[in-house]
Amino acid sequence: MEFDIIVKTVTKYWPMFIRGAGVTLLISIIGTIIGSIIGLLIGVIRTIPMPERGFRKIILKVINTILSIYVEVFRGTPMIVQAMVIYYGSKQALDIDMTPLLAGIFIVSINTGAYMAEIVRGGIISIDKGQFEAAHAIGMSHIQTMLNVVLPQVIRNILPATGNEFVINIKDTSVLNVIAVTELFFQTKSVAGINYRYFEAFFVASVIYFVMTYTVTRILRYIERKIDGPENYILYANQMQVETPEDALMREQKYKGSI
Amino acid sequence: MEKIIDIQHLSKTFGTNEVLKDINFSVNKGEVVSIIGSSGSGKSTLLRCINLLEKPTGGKIFFKGEDILDDKHDIRAYRAKLGMVFQHFNLFNNHDVLSNCMVGQIKVLKRSKEEAREVAMKYLKVVEMEKFIHAKPHQLSGGQKQRVAIARALSMDPEVMLFDEPTSALDPEMVGEVLKVMKELAGLGLTMLVVTHEMGFAREVSDRVVFMDKGVIAEEGTPEEIFNNPKLERTREFLKRTLEQN
Repeated sequence: MEFDIIVKTVTKYWPMFIRGAGVTLLISIIGTIIGSIIGLLIGVIRTIPMPERGFRKIILKVINTILSIYVEVFRGTPMIVQAMVIYYGSKQALDIDMTPLLAGIFIVSINTGAYMAEIVRGGIISIDKGQFEAAHAIGMSHIQTMLNVVLPQVIRNILPATGNEFVINIKDTSVLNVIAVTELFFQTKSVAGINYRYFEAFFVASVIYFVMTYTVTRILRYIERKIDGPENYILYANQMQVETPEDALMREQKYKGSI
Repeated sequence: MEKIIDIQHLSKTFGTNEVLKDINFSVNKGEVVSIIGSSGSGKSTLLRCINLLEKPTGGKIFFKGEDILDDKHDIRAYRAKLGMVFQHFNLFNNHDVLSNCMVGQIKVLKRSKEEAREVAMKYLKVVEMEKFIHAKPHQLSGGQKQRVAIARALSMDPEVMLFDEPTSALDPEMVGEVLKVMKELAGLGLTMLVVTHEMGFAREVSDRVVFMDKGVIAEEGTPEEIFNNPKLERTREFLKRTLEQN
């Protein structure tokens, strides 16, 4: 019976699955974080207002062109091909011997960076022009405006898209098995190769993938709600001078819960 | 009297659309000047040119005798000396009320957190928003937002306050609370330049009223001159139209 074999597969080979899942999570977490940072940087650079003339305009134009090429190339080619080109290319052409894990993190990072750059750009464009104007009117520079006013709002707004990217990364790291990264897919293939039970091994893998992506989605949703805070501001009259509104709100929620 | 802002032959075009034509105009220290006129007359653009949110196409702007359109002039330091209040408030959505009033002081004026907090609280009390210091903008009503926006601008200790139709986006019952704050500020001797549709405010509070029409300053004078004896036919027509609506 298949079910028995599934149970046997799990009980016998669980350390391999766990190790694979661990590597998958490691690559996708680091890849998503580095990718998001790349995306934020590119987003900020690409929204610098173009100076009307002079040397700075030329530099900015060159940088923007390079960034556009980066985004287009990495969005326009499959990650599995990028993995082969970068891993073997760096070995043969540049004589850099990366471990498969390092190469995997690198590939996922720059791939995510290309997607995040567009997401961030969209996020910045969607911020009300008034926010920029108010910051400029106070005397802030472009960088100050970005860091203190715009990016915190952009990060909140692109959180769902970033979560999406993270989930995609968890799944897509499976293509890194072509450069022998020992992530979950690679490990599952090894398990299946031991006893030639492909269905059972990959069924276990699919459950693990789903648990990982579902958990990540839930956690991100929770963070979003945390950032948004309550809809209304509750103002209590003078009895409790020391109480902050947050305390008051918590007290009220407790009160509601106790009824 | 000391001219704090002096505008000479200012012009602004968007494409082929000439929004401001040869504007000559100045504001003295401690003066409250209201700019009135129908929409599209260029009054908001004039205000936005003064703090360089729009780049003038021609002419000169002097701030305390300094040419601010000169390439070497530090635009950011200049802007910090002007407090701007927008029609749509434009509070920083990611900051709470207190931090809206502090962030500019800390980042631009390099004040310490403690000092910034003290200054912010002082002005939040002036606008009677000190009870809401931890509220986020989306939790406030329009009138409350605008009062915070005024406190934010005041916290920078500006030398001139610019108001760009501060009550136009408000529900009628909230207009009063904002105008009341602005009247108080005028009473404190602040230099104020107010683009407004509130004729009552322009008449009562301002020292001088400027009537703009089709990108030029058509007429200017004391509130009595403008409201009681306008010289031009178009001023008379505009006032009649606006006062009928109210």
